[in-house]
Amino acid sequence: MNDNTPINPKDELVTHLGAMRAFAMSLTRNATLADDIVQDALVKAWNNIHSFKPGTNMRAWLFTILRNTYYSHHRKRQREVEDVEGTMTAGLAQKPDHDGRLQMRDFSVAFDQLPEEQREALILVGASGFSYEEAAETCGVAVGTIKSRINRGRARLTELMQLSDDDPLEATEAMTQSIVAQNQRLA
Amino acid sequence: MTRPEKTSRIAEEIDKNLRRAYDEVAQEELPDRFANLLQQLREKDSANPANGTGGEADE
Repeated sequence: MNDNTPINPKDELVTHLGAMRAFAMSLTRNATLADDIVQDALVKAWNNIHSFKPGTNMRAWLFTILRNTYYSHHRKRQREVEDVEGTMTAGLAQKPDHDGRLQMRDFSVAFDQLPEEQREALILVGASGFSYEEAAETCGVAVGTIKSRINRGRARLTELMQLSDDDPLEATEAMTQSIVAQNQRLA
Repeated sequence: MTRPEKTSRIAEEIDKNLRRAYDEVAQEELPDRFANLLQQLREKDSANPANGTGGEADE
């Protein structure tokens, strides 16, 4: 990417911190835990910068470290957090709208209900711009596995949000509102 | 419009909303803890250059 300027990989590393936080958030669905993981992953990456191959995709390298950090150290703690917050989420989700349909403040509620492997596949490919191949390598699985996780994730979201083929516009609006609501909650 | 088109449009909408949520976090200003941590890491590197593999790029 940077043919002209030899960049100190540690300087480049810093530029990916925002993306790392976003990816961690999609894994943990908890801002504090996400930043704890990013912090641990940052230290690991910094101390192992020699194992990064210049010219390869640093973001994919960092996301791999971040993922490993999450799955090996933080997942258990995550479940404890979820137990507490799950109760609140369930309360929200049970409040149907006037037409009986769950409104998607509820996109985030629906997203929360996906298995983490579907969440990460959706985020890597759908949001962070990874190719299927990069996502597969980052997650240590076959390309077909990533594709199927994405398909199942989308199908499940569609189902959870009761999106129908007949009203995609309504769905968009509902999702947009829900994302805004989610981000306000996180702020 | 055929049904498959509408269905993939839902997929697009899902991606759009995923991106929006992702970008919002990605573009947030970094919390102070990261600036502090980076400063510590850099200080450690300069105190002990042997650890800074790749930190002293050939310029």
